[in-house]
Amino acid sequence: MNVLKRWHRPELTAAPTFGRLFSLRDELDRLFDTSFGDWNRGSQQLSQWNPAVDLFEDKENLTVKVELPGLKVEDINISLNEGTLSISGERKSEEKFANAETYRAERFVGHFQRSVVLPTPVKADQVKAQYTDGVLTVTLPKTEAAKPKQIQVNVA
Amino acid sequence: MTAINTENPKSAICTPESKCAPRQFVTPEVNIYETKDGYVLKADLPGVSKAGLDITLEGNELTIIGHRNAGNSVQPPLYRESLGADYRRVFELDPAIDTARINAQVEQGVLTLHLPKSEEVKPRKITVTE
Repeated sequence: MNVLKRWHRPELTAAPTFGRLFSLRDELDRLFDTSFGDWNRGSQQLSQWNPAVDLFEDKENLTVKVELPGLKVEDINISLNEGTLSISGERKSEEKFANAETYRAERFVGHFQRSVVLPTPVKADQVKAQYTDGVLTVTLPKTEAAKPKQIQVNVA
Repeated sequence: MTAINTENPKSAICTPESKCAPRQFVTPEVNIYETKDGYVLKADLPGVSKAGLDITLEGNELTIIGHRNAGNSVQPPLYRESLGADYRRVFELDPAIDTARINAQVEQGVLTLHLPKSEEVKPRKITVTE
């Protein structure tokens, strides 16, 4: 499931507020998380927003949760293509404060795109999505073939 | 949002029963703007509803704590990137802020705090009388 590897922003480590919260281990983990392919992609990669994705499974459904604070429903796009769920969208900058003095701007602005390779087949026509408290929850019902089955043991 | 804060805040956690159990917190990302009327603070707190917010003011210290909604999933996740910990961040306020008029709103996981400046410090125009 390494498709889902979360990219960590390096600029946060530079901010003094965050400095003491990072341990050397986190730094090393991050170093090894980055493949060489990512380095080549350059600055575009560095400016991207990678919201956190969680994947849950129960008997009936697969559930994908994405942390997307402060978006408008019309700015979220969800698509399902050959067992891959893609969620993309945009968080717009706040024009209201364009002329105000900015002391801190840590929150992400711009586009994001995340994809999840689903571990089981799902009923594409019955997928539901809900956006509550800044968390997008996509519920994907499994196909009958993918659901667990109880097997009866017969005594011979 | 990769920072987990393990510090032990002096209030709320240290009860005689729990004996200051260390608790983990995530530091939320914030934007702070200053307008002529005051300051506006916006914090990303995905998964926190109105009921899960705990904003306290002690002297000049503003503490924001956001408790995440406990998900209805009993199953452990197959894959997880979100940090399950609650959010916490402390700010020291400008003494010019009129603390009695601070107001807070939360919408889709974004907390907006309006911190108005007190009337005395606001820039004002003085008309010249004859």
